[in-house]
Amino acid sequence: MKEQHWLTRRETIRSLWIVFAVVLAATVIAELFVAHEAHFDVETVFGFNAWFGLLACAGLITFAKLLGVLLKRPDTYYEGSDD
Amino acid sequence: MTSLALHPGLILIAGAFLLLPLRGAARSVVALAVPVAALYLAWHVPDGAVASVRFLEFELTPLAGDKLSRLFATIFAIMAFGGALFALNQKHPLELAAALFYAGAAIGVTFAGDLITLFVFWELMAIGSTLVIWSAGTRPAYRASLRYMMIHLLGGVLLMAGIAGHVVDTGSITFQRLATDSVAHWLILAGFLLNAGAPPLSAWLPDAYPEASWSGTVFLSAFTTKAAVYVLLRGFPGTEILVYVGLFMVFYGIIYALLENDMRRILAYSIVNQVGFMVTGVGLGTEMALNGAASHAFTHIIYKALLLMSAGSVLLMTGKRKCTDLGGLFQSMPLTAWCGIIGALSISSFPLTSGFVSKSMISQGAADMHWLVVWLLLAVGSAGVFLHAGIKFPWFVFFQKDSGLRPPDPPSNMRLAMLFFSALCIGLGIYPDPLYAMLPYPVEFVPYTGAHVVTQLQLLFFSGLAFFVMLDFLRRTLTITLDVDWFYRTPGLWLIRSALQGLSLYGSQAELRLRQSVFEVWRLLERHHGPESKLARTWPTGSMALWVMILLLAYLLLYYL
Repeated sequence: MKEQHWLTRRETIRSLWIVFAVVLAATVIAELFVAHEAHFDVETVFGFNAWFGLLACAGLITFAKLLGVLLKRPDTYYEGSDD
Repeated sequence: MTSLALHPGLILIAGAFLLLPLRGAARSVVALAVPVAALYLAWHVPDGAVASVRFLEFELTPLAGDKLSRLFATIFAIMAFGGALFALNQKHPLELAAALFYAGAAIGVTFAGDLITLFVFWELMAIGSTLVIWSAGTRPAYRASLRYMMIHLLGGVLLMAGIAGHVVDTGSITFQRLATDSVAHWLILAGFLLNAGAPPLSAWLPDAYPEASWSGTVFLSAFTTKAAVYVLLRGFPGTEILVYVGLFMVFYGIIYALLENDMRRILAYSIVNQVGFMVTGVGLGTEMALNGAASHAFTHIIYKALLLMSAGSVLLMTGKRKCTDLGGLFQSMPLTAWCGIIGALSISSFPLTSGFVSKSMISQGAADMHWLVVWLLLAVGSAGVFLHAGIKFPWFVFFQKDSGLRPPDPPSNMRLAMLFFSALCIGLGIYPDPLYAMLPYPVEFVPYTGAHVVTQLQLLFFSGLAFFVMLDFLRRTLTITLDVDWFYRTPGLWLIRSALQGLSLYGSQAELRLRQSVFEVWRLLERHHGPESKLARTWPTGSMALWVMILLLAYLLLYYL
């Protein structure tokens, strides 16, 4: 069997997840050490951009998925029809 | 007239014609030298009207400069150079020439001091871009280019009607700030917005651009929409409706890109999304937001071209464009993957990339005005950009699964073009001062504060978390997503076909009736003049003498009367 690229190995992917989790935590903790520049009250909530970004993306993906149910068609949909 | 000979846009257009018959090294030299000449000339266009030409009773100013024009002309010329470098090995003889023509027309728009010149270059842009799409030489590209042209001709009609109305109302053709206070100005705004990819007719962009060749789409991504941002910046700054139009575009782009399977169509939807940020900035209208919109147009052209170069390289080397067919390409195309990732980080406004120093100014504009909802929606939009372009594009093309494809990186000119644009993305991200110095207003904005960097990193990394956690929801399928173009590609087409059929039916009936009436006339003529008719019969000499006598008597009578 051909040797797998190191980046595709199961152990590497697990380590990448661990590094990612550390980075996520670090970006939130770093908030304690920088001067705040809030323009709105909501920004002063701890980790605002972290949970807001997460929720926003979850919302966008869910909305896209729902819209897809309505508007998705096979990619051959227009073939032949407008020739 | 001598100053017109030094018009940077006309130099590019002349270069395009010069390029047509050339082949080999001469073609490469001209294709690269002409954009450099245009860039040099653009930097030397002074403030105010430089040249004027008389046309009918109007005094046209085809060359007028200020900081905003020079900023856009600069990026258009850089784009023409980078795109030409990338496209040097494009076999189709027309495409590169058409692309330079297109770039020249876009620069012509940026230096147009009056609305008539603006309109002429606007339409030349439509011609150039259509030719670029045609150069792909495929049937779907030809069909898409016809739809593209139809929409842009409609845009041209709106713009021309608006300009004519404006001239009747004011008697002036100068291109300056316009208020939305008359039908004419609304028509001009509609014409501009159509080219920006604004609703309801955004679908022309993801319909047509991905059908161009692997190099053609790179050029297409840059000029039309950003020329529209330029004219909005000059004509309609602070027009509130643009905030809402822009936000709609931001979310339209994200949602459709999330559902899309074609890698270049993902990036096409993402153009609408990014132009949405710029249009919102124009609508906010403060110096901060306008600087943000202008600088974002500048950085966007570079990173979007870079992303499409990366996608174009994949298309050229694999012949595939669907995410479902791709994956794992980082193993054999490392440079293309790295450049794609740099483009993806820039579009996501990652710190140390060009998008970070430009887009944050638009959000800052909303914050300065205390528009909480707009600011929040821009933040959702920023998170969504990382989702649909920042991770989705590189993930599905270069990582994801192993598609088994092992194509090498593309030829050296394409690699060089990608490296050049990658260097610009990172260079402007680390050292934005030259860009800030070119902006229309003085920049009082420090991008790299601790809070800016930390909040942006939080937003992006947690968006990334959402992507990987919800990856199952994002699994690619062999689908497209219906858009407004459905109306003119399905029921519209049916209506036109039925109307044509109706017309031909009516036509055949009308033809039958015509034949019948012609036949009637013929029969009448035959009855009187045919061989058996009264007038054709031979007459006896006696009746002839009688008729002569009657005529002579009548003559005598009349003579005496």
